[in-house]
Amino acid sequence: MRKRSRIPGVYLGIILALMYIPILLVIIYSFNESRISSVWSGWSLRWYRELFRDRDIMEAMTNSLVLATVSSLSAAVIGTLAAVGMPKADLRSKGIIEYLSTLPIMIPEIILGMVFLVYFTLIKLPFGMVTLTVAHTSFCIPYVYMLVKARLVGIDKSYAEAAKDLGATEWNVFWDITLPLILPAITSGVLLAFAMSLDDVVISVFVTGVNTNTLPLKIYTQLKTGVTPKINALCTLMFGSTMLIVLLSSWFARNSVRRTERRNTNEEAPGIRNSVGLVR
Amino acid sequence: MKPEMKPGSPVAPHPEAKPEQTRTAFRRRIDASVVSVAPIYAFTLLFVVGPLIYMFVLSFLRRAETWGVLREFTWANYLNILEPIYLKTFWESLKLAGFTTLFVALVGYPFGYFMARLSAAWKRRMMLLLMIPFWTSSLIRLYGWIIIFRANGTLDKILMGIGVTNAPLKLLYTYSAVVVGMIYALVPFMIFAVYSSAEKLDWQLVEAARDLGATPWQAFATVSFKLTLPGLLSGVVLTFIPSMGLFFIADILGGNKVILVGNLIQEQLMKARNWPFAAALAVVLMVLTSIMIALYRKVSGVKDLEGLV
Repeated sequence: MRKRSRIPGVYLGIILALMYIPILLVIIYSFNESRISSVWSGWSLRWYRELFRDRDIMEAMTNSLVLATVSSLSAAVIGTLAAVGMPKADLRSKGIIEYLSTLPIMIPEIILGMVFLVYFTLIKLPFGMVTLTVAHTSFCIPYVYMLVKARLVGIDKSYAEAAKDLGATEWNVFWDITLPLILPAITSGVLLAFAMSLDDVVISVFVTGVNTNTLPLKIYTQLKTGVTPKINALCTLMFGSTMLIVLLSSWFARNSVRRTERRNTNEEAPGIRNSVGLVR
Repeated sequence: MKPEMKPGSPVAPHPEAKPEQTRTAFRRRIDASVVSVAPIYAFTLLFVVGPLIYMFVLSFLRRAETWGVLREFTWANYLNILEPIYLKTFWESLKLAGFTTLFVALVGYPFGYFMARLSAAWKRRMMLLLMIPFWTSSLIRLYGWIIIFRANGTLDKILMGIGVTNAPLKLLYTYSAVVVGMIYALVPFMIFAVYSSAEKLDWQLVEAARDLGATPWQAFATVSFKLTLPGLLSGVVLTFIPSMGLFFIADILGGNKVILVGNLIQEQLMKARNWPFAAALAVVLMVLTSIMIALYRKVSGVKDLEGLV
């Protein structure tokens, strides 16, 4: 046994601390009583109260929640159907469509945003919630699709075959066998998509309408022009909800793997977790 | 526009099949798989392929005098990019992206590498600890840096407190602030990429090198580093590409001092309203991106970005 150096541990600790400090500062300052944010004058929930009284922010919050719900659920339907149907579909173009459908999370966000802006103008979609929903659905689909696809690979095909031998229709097999098995993966994908939609700034900047605001857009304009302490409170709430959603999602993803009854669970889990983490 | 109806999808009946059976088999396939992929076909063609093709076409159209575009072919938008002022923007973007990638690699590579050497339980904890900042909205993290960098902000207070400086440093709205913001936003990509490749590393090879007399440093340079190179390379790609487009970091932390291709595109779209030029800029940016990925694939011989799929 060679002696273990202490350097790696210290290094990991320092970098992690640096990653957390900016976030912690925002959270701590959200409880600051003072109106001037660089002066600390004691703990208070004042800015949270004011936040909930701000009509503009509440409207933006409703918009954000509606947008994230509609886009992630649309993505759930499109992505799940595609992941289930693609392996069986006898279409020569499916490889290329699969590739193209993941482009919204592969190409730089700014390009996606601008492309949508000019295209929506061309096809005359009304800018606002409609365009936001279409744009967000486009980058939500790959999350659901990839997670469900990964999960389907792990499912024993003999279940479906047995059911078919016993006279089940294609629909029966999907509804009674495949769907329950992939449900954790779908849930995980939907939650991730929801979190991505709730956080998106770049694409929203381009496709929003004149009078439509989402929470990130509201924060973005304030960061550019000048922040009020309410924004600290808002950021803290958004941080809390994103964390909750992501943790739930990874819990479902792990659950989905565990149910796969694979011998090499340990090897499989990081793969799925990576795909959850990296694709952004 | 209905790909599922394409002729040529082979539905030739089995020679011995009765017509009745063939029809049900055919109907079944239409019912199940083709119908279930129809929505993604429709959505992708309408809202991914359509917009991308339109952007490409737009980049060759002439801008109308007042507003909108004329249906006239022109190379003018691409030639416009060759104007020194825009070339300089591209050069500045590439430089900043290069800087960012270098620092991200210096910080992220050891992190991913050390992380892969932890015990299974600690790996899981580390993953979770990394996920939290990674998933935190980039706006919140940027705001944190504003609090740190602004005049009389956290950093000024610490530095003045321990007597390093005696006046606020005015770090916000500088080039360094932008670089820090970029590194901070992108370092997790590098960590995950390096980690996923270092995790697969067979540590016995390193042990063997040590047993054969290599110093730890030699063992690292000849064995571990070479084997984790694909991870490092995919980390570089994953860092370099987004750092060309992260216009809002330059916007918020750099004031108006740092102009990147991303800022230029946004400005041309929203303010100057010169859409064909913005489209040409985007096409060039996408071509640069694709060249990067192609080069990466050629160098590393890996088909997918490590850890991405």
